[in-house]
Amino acid sequence: MDAGQSVREEKTSSGNQSFARNIVESGQRAAARSDTSAGTETRAATFRIWRGAGASGQLHDYSTNVSEGMVVLDAIHQIQAEGATDLAVRWNCKAGKCGSCSAEINGMPRLMCMTRLSELDLKQPVTVEPMRAFPPVKDLVTDVSSNFRAKKRIRKFTPRAPDAPDGTWRIAQSDADRVQEFRKCIECFLCQDVCHVLRDHQLHEQFVGPRLLVHAAQLEMHPLDILDRTDELKESHGIGYCNITKCCTKVCPENITITDNAIIPLKERVVDKYYDPLGKLVRLMRGKKSTETGKGEAR
Amino acid sequence: MAEYQRHEHDVLVIGAGGAGLRAAIESAHSGASVGLICKSLLGKAHTVMAEGGVAAALANVDDRDNWKVHFADTMRGGQYLNNWRMAELHAKEAPDRVRELEAWGTVFDRTADGRILQRNFGGHKYPRLAHVGDRTGLEMIRTLQDYAIYQPIDVHMECTIVSLLKDGNRIAGAVGYDRERGRFKLFAAKAVVLATGGIGRAYSVTSNSWEYTGDGHALAYNAGAALQDMEFVQFHPTGMVWPPSVRGILVTEGVRGEGGILVNKEGRRFMFDDIPENYRSQTADNEEEGWRYTQGDKNARRPPELLTRDHVARAIMKEVREGRGSPHGGVFLDISWIGSRLSNAEAHIKKKLPSMYHQFKQLADIDITKEPMEVGPTTHYVMGGIRVDGDTQMSSVPGLFAAGEVGAGLHGANRLGGNSLSDLLVFGMRAGKYAAEFAARQSSARVDGQNADAIIHSALEPFDRQGGGEGPYQVEHDLQTMMQELVGIVRREDEIKRALDILKTLNDRARKVSVTGNREYNPGWHTALDLQNLLTVSEIVARAALERKESRGGHFRDDFPEKNPSYGKFNIVIRRGPNGEMQVTREPIPEMREDLKRIVEENK
Repeated sequence: MDAGQSVREEKTSSGNQSFARNIVESGQRAAARSDTSAGTETRAATFRIWRGAGASGQLHDYSTNVSEGMVVLDAIHQIQAEGATDLAVRWNCKAGKCGSCSAEINGMPRLMCMTRLSELDLKQPVTVEPMRAFPPVKDLVTDVSSNFRAKKRIRKFTPRAPDAPDGTWRIAQSDADRVQEFRKCIECFLCQDVCHVLRDHQLHEQFVGPRLLVHAAQLEMHPLDILDRTDELKESHGIGYCNITKCCTKVCPENITITDNAIIPLKERVVDKYYDPLGKLVRLMRGKKSTETGKGEAR
Repeated sequence: MAEYQRHEHDVLVIGAGGAGLRAAIESAHSGASVGLICKSLLGKAHTVMAEGGVAAALANVDDRDNWKVHFADTMRGGQYLNNWRMAELHAKEAPDRVRELEAWGTVFDRTADGRILQRNFGGHKYPRLAHVGDRTGLEMIRTLQDYAIYQPIDVHMECTIVSLLKDGNRIAGAVGYDRERGRFKLFAAKAVVLATGGIGRAYSVTSNSWEYTGDGHALAYNAGAALQDMEFVQFHPTGMVWPPSVRGILVTEGVRGEGGILVNKEGRRFMFDDIPENYRSQTADNEEEGWRYTQGDKNARRPPELLTRDHVARAIMKEVREGRGSPHGGVFLDISWIGSRLSNAEAHIKKKLPSMYHQFKQLADIDITKEPMEVGPTTHYVMGGIRVDGDTQMSSVPGLFAAGEVGAGLHGANRLGGNSLSDLLVFGMRAGKYAAEFAARQSSARVDGQNADAIIHSALEPFDRQGGGEGPYQVEHDLQTMMQELVGIVRREDEIKRALDILKTLNDRARKVSVTGNREYNPGWHTALDLQNLLTVSEIVARAALERKESRGGHFRDDFPEKNPSYGKFNIVIRRGPNGEMQVTREPIPEMREDLKRIVEENK
């Protein structure tokens, strides 16, 4: 006990002095922040919010008092509580983890809960509209069910036989890393919203869109999965529609490199299989089995 | 007669977080026809917010771990009020449930030899939490969701249940509405599994999402089921405190598991000041040993930051009350200091705690690799819930089952971090299995149309009062403020009694709230209905808190600050009496089996 005590004192008196200073300085910085923006100091801001049922609707201006720490979703809730009680908005966690509160803020696809008012010019009205790529339901809520239907069309995860007699697998962290990037997706569908194939051409049934291509990539590159989804990606998921404008990557709140890391590698697999004459010949001679082997080697 | 769509299922699962999804999958595996009700969209439930990991004695990182140690840790953490049978089943079955997730696609972080990696967490003797960075809940719900959509399960998204239906004594189904159009739905079912999560929205500072309005607790109570341990609400020690609009958002215990320390404004590491007797032998008494523990030294004991949540939350409150807190009423949580120990600290923090890095950067302009965070307690979890049979998860109402947070028993007076994700897997699976078995033995229940009419009529009342009374938001806000102040982390008899008085007024106000607009996606109307549940569970919490005149686990009484051994022999149980009154009783805890007693002794 005594020895422990002395170690602790020693640490506190010498090695940790700079650390204690760091804390005190952080405290001062935090206190300074509170002088300007602890929520005590408020100012009026205008929110121009889409109101409407189904396809018809218009923008309405709402004025409310805001403080700097607030996010757009806070302002929407405040406007609800101050009188617009039936203003429809989808939200859950308010922490950027569930991907429910997607909207277009000043024309940019964003999560309302992660968009701080301090990033916006509050001298102008802040425009808040629903995601325009999806059928409108009411106000800020849209019908995103096409995304759920599209996922069901992708063949499910199918693992190889376990590696160990106890029914478990061995996976290297480096192999896990690759798909963990894709599995960060919170299904906010902002990438779908900004994709011109879905937004402008409304090809929801022909093209699964960036979110579901990330899902397919996660399955295709999953260290345990043994299916080959190249055929379905080309034939029924419409991967060819994507012409790599990278808009999806730009709006991803989880910073998933959607185009470069997920879509392009999948496109390459399709190209290798369908448009590489030598490979095609080899496969014809060997029969279908070679594609499975090829996939294994690619990993 | 009211209009409604009718659906029929063998098993109706209400709630689509981890527990509900796991239950639905198991019922479907058993051959039952299954309906799954999501209050939100599929995959958005509160489970996505779980961060740190899922507790299971896989012994991948420390081979001394096994189910017995996990069982003893869970009982000690719960201060021995736990349903010991559930604690036993949980500890034994969690490893299989975790491995099963891997077979369904979960990609956990790995050990050097490629097995599932496990991390340290408060109250767990060995590194036990399988995890994926700090987004374990998202990974789990996505795995279950992506598995479930290929099973024969009818998913009803954005649907809220307003009442359960009974046929005599047994369960017969439920009535709800769909959010999008406001149409009513009647579900006839032979068995119902409640998996609706918790009650955090009864408080103003909470880590819980909007769905957590105690629906399942209130539905079960109104249907005559017994609830227990409702005085035990867990206040997670580390929620964000600044800026005000994000107050309450969770900061994972994983920060402390990775070496993060708690300090007051003087820069003093205060957690060493008070280490409870029953944890002294397992807790480091100097900073060096604590650090070695977080870095995997098997001979080191855990730092006091990793004591149980109830204790850490109270220690933080003490610093704040005695004037040593941070500028916004919390304390500092610092992970950046590990830069003095690790050469690649910045990259390491970003790799192990990516969501935390992101969250603080985006919402508070703080780079956690360089600066400490400000944190304080936030309402996080309710240990109490529906009283169930430990093996089958059936409540006191035949055919009504409960799993996950809405159920009670596993956690006793305080839940260990990581034990909720394993809870929802183990008991979600059991509830689904036994609900399907129950349904297979039953003929169809009779659904009383008149009863359904009355439920629908009552749910529409806020519209009938259009423009007449105040809106629901102000009442909800006043309730949350009141609960936070009077039935929060520190409680006193006079304050709880005052809370009960105020609840009467709030109930009167809630009965008069009116909403405008129509039934289509109308948040005002939804809030008016959820408010009823919040009021019911708030009263239950207050009554249970009044009855327990001692301090134990998540329940701290300023007027009875010590633990009283005589209160360790029973659970407080609340049911609805014949005249609608709340009946509070003390139900003795059954004597623990001899072999389990020995395990507890051996692990003391």
